[in-house]
Amino acid sequence: MSDRSELISTGEPFAFDAERDAEFERLIVRYPIRESMIMPALWMAQEQQGWISAEAIEYIAERIGTYPAKVFELATFYTMYHLKPVGQNHICVCRTLSCWLRDKQAIVDYLAKEIGVRPGQVSEDGRFSLEEVECLGHCGTAPVVQVNGEFHEEMDLEKFKALLATLD
Amino acid sequence: MEVKILSAKFDIDNAHQIEVAKSHGAYQTLEKLFSMAPEDVTNEVKDSGLRGRGGAGFPAGVKWGFLPKDLDKPTYLAVNSDESEPATFKDRYILVKDPHLLIEGIIICCYAIDCHDAYIYIRGEYTSQVKGLQRAIDEAYEAGYLGETVNGHDFRLDVTVHRGAGAYVCGEETALLESIEGKKGQPRSKPPFPAVVGLYDCPTIINNVQTIASLPFIIQEGADAYKAHGTEKSTGTHLFGISGHVEKPGMYELPLGLPLMEVLEKVAGGVWKGRQLKGVIPGGSSTPVLTAEEAKTVNLDYESMAEHKTMFGSGGIVVLDETVDMVKLVENLIYFYHHESCGQCTPCREGLGWMLKIVKKIIAGEGTMADIDLLVELCDNIEMKTVCVLSAACTMPVRSYLNKFRDEFEAYVTDAAS
Repeated sequence: MSDRSELISTGEPFAFDAERDAEFERLIVRYPIRESMIMPALWMAQEQQGWISAEAIEYIAERIGTYPAKVFELATFYTMYHLKPVGQNHICVCRTLSCWLRDKQAIVDYLAKEIGVRPGQVSEDGRFSLEEVECLGHCGTAPVVQVNGEFHEEMDLEKFKALLATLD
Repeated sequence: MEVKILSAKFDIDNAHQIEVAKSHGAYQTLEKLFSMAPEDVTNEVKDSGLRGRGGAGFPAGVKWGFLPKDLDKPTYLAVNSDESEPATFKDRYILVKDPHLLIEGIIICCYAIDCHDAYIYIRGEYTSQVKGLQRAIDEAYEAGYLGETVNGHDFRLDVTVHRGAGAYVCGEETALLESIEGKKGQPRSKPPFPAVVGLYDCPTIINNVQTIASLPFIIQEGADAYKAHGTEKSTGTHLFGISGHVEKPGMYELPLGLPLMEVLEKVAGGVWKGRQLKGVIPGGSSTPVLTAEEAKTVNLDYESMAEHKTMFGSGGIVVLDETVDMVKLVENLIYFYHHESCGQCTPCREGLGWMLKIVKKIIAGEGTMADIDLLVELCDNIEMKTVCVLSAACTMPVRSYLNKFRDEFEAYVTDAAS
């Protein structure tokens, strides 16, 4: 999400669960240097926690044997890492060329007007967060929307409203 | 018009599963492969004329030939599956519909270049696609096509998926290597080229997904069979992604060299809603735009595109109908490249931001004729003054819109003044 300047603490220690712990060990032997595991570890932390907390950064740094600043650096450079909690339904609307040509704006405008959430925001009830993102690689079925990682193609306003109705 | 080499299994149900893929020919190249000498594999690929499908179009076999001989270091393969160039969505079809074709191609490439550790760098947004690809790799390990003894031969090969996290610049080959090494995706100065000093300072080949997926056919059927498609210098087939204002957008595999307009009309159903064509972006957003008039004479191959002062690029064709506001389109493009600048080089980091401010000012009705010239000047001052070509990927197309559709920029200025 938009503000990537600071880390938020949960006040609770962070550690990978058993499944991710095993995945970490499976992967680390694939790389000749341990720093190559920073990005995979950030993904695992985000999958486990939904976002990346200050404690997760500390944990990853310690586990890999590097500085927390190095992990933080990558977490800020790569925009898909969330440094604060997102909504229960994290909606990404592609804003680039082919989706723009096929009226992605109608979807963004609808979310602002009817749901009260604008790009970079989380709705007050925490149900929705919205991000306008760059090309999602589904240009032949534009416009495309991604909800919690799942792609929804050939969207128009009616289809998008129907999709929203199915979300928790 | 369509020729199905890469997409041969795309219409088969569950061809992403290894048993189904195998029943339709997957991994059948391997017996022949291991009976060949590695240099003969490279020569066959050279003979085929296969060019890099990531956008640059550099001959794949020639690239492999740049690897130093007898160096006491491992060689790596990095498969570029970052696919982030706006209007490009072809590699995703291979990843989703026929991942075993990609894995088979990786085996062929690694055997030819004596590589035992391959990394597939896949863009982070491809969430379910990452999982599907990993599943296919797991299947290939279980079936003995990857691991300690590939297909029962004394050849080890490990394939690891490395997931990106939203940076377009990581499609640039050296930024991609930095990213695998656990760094920010900031491109390196070249030379040295990755074939000599690449991943972990070792010799490295970086090839696009589609390039690699073209290998099984070339090895199985031979270079001549591949060259039977396409033109003399642009051989074979390509997965073209057609998007924008057409009736039937989508991914189509076609031989290279077909006339663009014939493809748009016969394959993609023509301009949508019965409207007139205004322009065509031929190969991803960073390729210079063609006017409707220019589009009439161009063919879908590297040479014809160059003759028309544009590029074949990634084969991502965007059709623009008469209603498109070219000034706003340019704003959309500059916003993208400015957002995706890695921040390393000042002309790119700052210059693209200035270009965005100026085009926004023009759209807001506060621009002057001098601002239009200033945009051109900025393009000249940014282009080729940076480590990588991300900034040129913005300035080259922007300059083409300023040249070919300047009247639209001027109209914003004169309308605001009147």
